Amino acid sequence: MKNRFQIAHVKEKIGYVLFFLIVILYMMPLVITFTNSFMSSKAVEANYSTGNLREDQYIEMEIVPEKVTLSQYAALLFDSPVYLHMFWNSVKIVLPVVLGQILVSASAAYAFTILKFRGKEVVFFLYIIVMLLPLQVALVPNYIVADWLNITDSYLAIILPGIFHPLGVFLLRQFMKSMPDAYIEAAKVDGAGYGRIFIWVVLPMIKHGIAAVAMLTLLDYWNLVDQAVIFIQNSEAQPLSIFLAQINSGELGMSFAGSCFYAFPVLLALLYGQDYLKNGIAITGLKG
Amino acid sequence: MRKKWALNLPWIMMIASLLGFSFFYLVPFFVSFLYSIVDNPINREFCGLSNYKQLLQNSYFMRGLKNTALFMAVSVPLNMVLSLGVALVIRNIKSYSNYFSLIFLIPLATPSATSAFFWQNFFGLHGVLNKYLSVFHVDGIDWLNSKYGMLVMVIIFIWKNIGYNMALFLSGLSSIPEEYYECADVEGAGWGWKLKHITLVYLSPTTFLALIMTFVNSFKVFKEIYIITGEYPPDSLYVLQHYMNNMFLSLNYSKLVSATYILTATIVLFVVCIFRAERKFSDHLHY
Repeated sequence: MKNRFQIAHVKEKIGYVLFFLIVILYMMPLVITFTNSFMSSKAVEANYSTGNLREDQYIEMEIVPEKVTLSQYAALLFDSPVYLHMFWNSVKIVLPVVLGQILVSASAAYAFTILKFRGKEVVFFLYIIVMLLPLQVALVPNYIVADWLNITDSYLAIILPGIFHPLGVFLLRQFMKSMPDAYIEAAKVDGAGYGRIFIWVVLPMIKHGIAAVAMLTLLDYWNLVDQAVIFIQNSEAQPLSIFLAQINSGELGMSFAGSCFYAFPVLLALLYGQDYLKNGIAITGLKG
Repeated sequence: MRKKWALNLPWIMMIASLLGFSFFYLVPFFVSFLYSIVDNPINREFCGLSNYKQLLQNSYFMRGLKNTALFMAVSVPLNMVLSLGVALVIRNIKSYSNYFSLIFLIPLATPSATSAFFWQNFFGLHGVLNKYLSVFHVDGIDWLNSKYGMLVMVIIFIWKNIGYNMALFLSGLSSIPEEYYECADVEGAGWGWKLKHITLVYLSPTTFLALIMTFVNSFKVFKEIYIITGEYPPDSLYVLQHYMNNMFLSLNYSKLVSATYILTATIVLFVVCIFRAERKFSDHLHY
């Protein structure tokens, strides 16, 4: 009996060791990006450029740089205002989308929960279908609308469709389904109107869901590439994510610092919001 | 007066969302249908369904369709299984489990360009993988341009998206009452029995949600692939979005819209199936 217990114990230990190994492998891209951001631009270029390599030569991916320097960050932040400007462009796109998406989707989800009308489920089905479509499918529709509104070369062409994207409505409605009706009924009996019930009863109960929607939207739009390429012609108005996507082909030197710099705000949000995210995106399922 | 406004509030909210949704997605989507039945957007000569017919005979479109379907058929189930596995392990780790789950969430926050850059340098001809293989005297190949390209794509997708489902599963797991497991322990049930008869059963609503979200996310892997391989990737990596993107850039809206209608029809079919299955499944399950 004792022997069997020990074997089970050893098995468990081996399992954990394996898991830790996987976690370490899993983290490699992130670790490399972080440590290499302290390399000098010259060292990065020497390590990663493949132009002059023979068949049997390989790029050098060093986990720990030989010489630690902040020169990449210095170049990024102080040499030219372009990068900070692009960072600010990203903020200008993402912030309205996140705020608008929360406002619209929370209220729409509330309306979907409260109202009873014929065809409600059909409407919601349309929301789900649009939510599932890949970005490329929406390109032409987005372009048509931007053309109607005459906003093709402005952030609004990205922001407005972003605000009305159905993902938030879908997630928050699922979230509200798990909310007991009794709360709303009780508030009604107490004489609260729909506005008050929304603000004082429903919103506090779905705050995890709202935080999750905020974070998912943030992650999506902070990294946007395609829409910006299509709608923003002026290179100075591009968000930083575009610059990072182009860095791969040309300037290697600052790419790592740029990546870390750009990922930092989102990582911070993730660190604080991780519990919200975990509790928020798991909703009691797709009960229709 | 004030009361009346409050009574109408849910309708106002509904109409606001519906207007925005219709104006930015539904209406232009249906309007765009007109593009698909004319020969080109400038001439606007009616040509019936010939665009659709041409698409189904176009080798690029069919290749994209085939590769997308293959990619999803492999990566979606794989991601579901692996993320559930990770969630189960993390749930069993007593201390620091929050840090472990954070690690799996970080790739979501990493800029696509950053992860694309890493994977390019990992799987490239002069990349790290070949460097280690050369130690064992295995000749290096350009993995992305080889017949393993699809596999690399799956790995990148899993790496990025495991955390998303893991987060879903973790909170799904935390809603299963501990007593169920204790009961099973008393009865002497094994690990496999508990997984099959308790965990998977009570996790099924979460599983359906995870499936939907994995599906949504599986389209997004295109961003990384696009950054790595550009507009014209090797045949094995050519997915539907490449075709659409290229049609968009070459202003061939008629073909593009026809392609989106074919894809949308496929997705509608898929969603109807999923919802049917979900309803059947939850009817069996009595809460």
